Amino acid sequence: MTKRVVVVLVTGLLAACGSSSASGLSTPQTDVTVFAAASLQPAFDKIGARLLTTKRFKTTFSYAGTQTLTSQLTQGAQADVFASADKEHMNTLLDAGLVAAPLAVFATNKLEIAVARGNPKGIHTLTDLARPGLVVVLADPSVPAGKYAQQALRNARVTVKPASLELQVTGVLSKVALGEADAGIVYVSDIVTSGKVDGVSIPDDENVTAVYPIAPLKSATNPAGAKAFIDLVLSTDGQAILKAAGFQGV
Amino acid sequence: MTLNARIKIQRDGFELDVQLDVDEGETVAVLGPNGAGKTTLLRALSGLIPIVGRVELAGEVLEDSETRVRVPTERRHVGLVFQDHVLFPHLTVLDNIAFGLQAQHRADARHVARDWLQRAGLEDKATSMPRELSGGQAQRVALLRTLATEPRLLLLDEPLSALDVTIRAEVRRELSRQLASFRGVRLLVTHDPLEAIALADRIVVLERGHVVQSGTPEEVTARPRSRFVADLAGVNLLRGKAHGDHIKLANGASVAAPEAGEGDVFAVIHPRAVSLFLMRPEGTPRNVWQGETENIDLHGERVRVRVNGPVPLVAEVTPSAVRELHLHAGAPVWIAVKATEISVYPA
Amino acid sequence: MTQLRVPAALVALAGLGLLFFLLPLAGLIVRAPWNQAAASIGSAETVTALELSFFCSVTATAIALVLGIPLALVLSRTSGTLRSVLRALTTLPMVLPPVVGGVALLLAFGRTGLVGSFLYQGFGIQIPFTTAAAVMAETFVAMPFLVIAVEGGMRSLDPRYEEAARALGARGWMVFARVTLPLLRPAIFSGAVLCWARALGEFGATITFAGNFPGRTQTVPIAVYIALETHPDSAILLSLVLLAVSVAILVAMRDRWLGAP
Repeated sequence: MTKRVVVVLVTGLLAACGSSSASGLSTPQTDVTVFAAASLQPAFDKIGARLLTTKRFKTTFSYAGTQTLTSQLTQGAQADVFASADKEHMNTLLDAGLVAAPLAVFATNKLEIAVARGNPKGIHTLTDLARPGLVVVLADPSVPAGKYAQQALRNARVTVKPASLELQVTGVLSKVALGEADAGIVYVSDIVTSGKVDGVSIPDDENVTAVYPIAPLKSATNPAGAKAFIDLVLSTDGQAILKAAGFQGV
Repeated sequence: MTLNARIKIQRDGFELDVQLDVDEGETVAVLGPNGAGKTTLLRALSGLIPIVGRVELAGEVLEDSETRVRVPTERRHVGLVFQDHVLFPHLTVLDNIAFGLQAQHRADARHVARDWLQRAGLEDKATSMPRELSGGQAQRVALLRTLATEPRLLLLDEPLSALDVTIRAEVRRELSRQLASFRGVRLLVTHDPLEAIALADRIVVLERGHVVQSGTPEEVTARPRSRFVADLAGVNLLRGKAHGDHIKLANGASVAAPEAGEGDVFAVIHPRAVSLFLMRPEGTPRNVWQGETENIDLHGERVRVRVNGPVPLVAEVTPSAVRELHLHAGAPVWIAVKATEISVYPA
Repeated sequence: MTQLRVPAALVALAGLGLLFFLLPLAGLIVRAPWNQAAASIGSAETVTALELSFFCSVTATAIALVLGIPLALVLSRTSGTLRSVLRALTTLPMVLPPVVGGVALLLAFGRTGLVGSFLYQGFGIQIPFTTAAAVMAETFVAMPFLVIAVEGGMRSLDPRYEEAARALGARGWMVFARVTLPLLRPAIFSGAVLCWARALGEFGATITFAGNFPGRTQTVPIAVYIALETHPDSAILLSLVLLAVSVAILVAMRDRWLGAP
């Protein structure tokens, strides 16, 4: 009797593992899976809602640091669309043969310094960030926002000793919003959509422009939905939503 | 040095109500069946359980529920020896014995401990761990551990019952020696009458939380006041109302006993005084009853036959008598007891 | 071969369980780029992360011992509703997702936190982003393991040992130090090992409360996470180093120390 129980258990276990595809359970054809950089969340959530009303596609988003998403996709995660915060990570996927169609750049973003409401520490330039005693938080260089921040600091010839190198640019924002950090370097879009922090702009000659490409993926289970989403992002409606969220046009 | 204790404890439906006075120089054994409250009594005297009442030792009030005085266990200087030694398993025998002395901050603790071991003849076990000792050795070490602190009151919880019957006698002898040379108040509890009779000068019988009897071992067994003690002493105990020359039992049966007196009495009949017959005997015995054999126990060359009837009794007869009468469980039988064999005393 | 006195069905299930543990480890070992091992393991970043991880986890365990043993003692001596409440509180960090724990720590000890604001405004002390914060995060998630192990040990301890000690005249501290604590040794030991292992592997609370900075708060789990995206090979090697050192330490913990006295 116990032998039979074991056999049933083992078979059931194997069946559960083996049946689904590498990425997990398959999704119905009305769902679109989008992997997008963390900074895109406020804008993309609105675009997803718009897609539902116009094209009846339900979008499921996975927001994370671009580098996290890239490594997940190269490990075999399944998605229909990928929106990256820089060209390098998209190129990584292109080289790995995971991108279905040529990419399109749908937005750009510049960097901005995030400070607490009212700017109590009186920060006005990147140079101010090197002030001793100031708690500055940046994104880790492995994240596009972190890489750009290092570049901007180099442009301004400033050396900053950050208290932490966050794994997502949203982490930088939240630390400033919570009052734990005096300043952080984030995207303009982050400051616009946050509402909890104030921004100090960085002059163009020091600033870095982040380029956001988007592309459908070969592993897409819903290519029609992927195309619909990308088209919406590139359309006037989508661009308007992105602009309202603080992104700059292409 | 005296112990005066008036202890009342009510817990989980169990009630202990005891008054105990013990002089230095006499060993008192509290004897009672399991569940009588013996261990509870010791734990209360040690201060491990709060009481309603008063405990005074050598003139010092250890506990008084009215004035809310309560000396904690560690300051009572009362020695408690547990039933199964409870030696500290992670300390050597020597360290176990030295423990109490170290608690008194004595610099010569281990030296004194070694002395105690030497006098008990256990010096070679000084570095042994408790788990390496035999039952008897462990119990002896436990006693030494307590004696080394020179307590004012020595409490022993069933000191021999955890031991093998074969070594019990030897340990009992040593315990007797130690107790004799101990200067303080000595109190032990046990359910074993042999232990009580062998070690104690005075026995206090405790049943269901109350003292039913107190006296020397001889007094207690000669005049038992409870079934428990009667069973221990191996006698038949009856209780009833005396009316001059007979006693009326609770169930209405009548027992003839000369000079029974008046009022509530106990009557003791030794099993040897009970005779068994197949038919109603005709003779001098005034007490003759019919009954049914309940069971038969062989005790060496004697047989104890328990008979049910208006007056349930145990008779002691020879094996050949049992054979001749064809006695077996359920067999009808007649009992006879001479009235002069019955000893009566007030209840 | 000695006969295992376990029913065959249970042995089969046990085998499955063992396999479940072994396969990921085997994956690590097989996929490791052994030819790069020397360079990667000896690199400054790896050594720094390892040193920091061990420092933080050992410190966290030490704090857990100092605070957790008394806590376990109190827990084991209470009863009724109070005990249920206390027990729920002490095991809460085990149930909380680590990141949530990190946020909670921020809200308590951050610059604007309940206690943290007082420390910051009064003394200029800021706790987040420091090594101390990493230690606190690890202590927070790992201490419950120690508390539970020691509390269990206390409950299975014969109370008569302490009674015997008291009857011999030992006061509270002597009873604790010379009787209770030594008898709790196996429970304390196994609790400490569990606690240390959990602290070593902590990620979510650390990254949220202490942040990430090499040499200060970048423990091995965080370093592996970052490396995984940029240099997967060094991530694998780093994981293996941590694995090897941990296994070595656990194997060195003899059964004797974990067994009864």
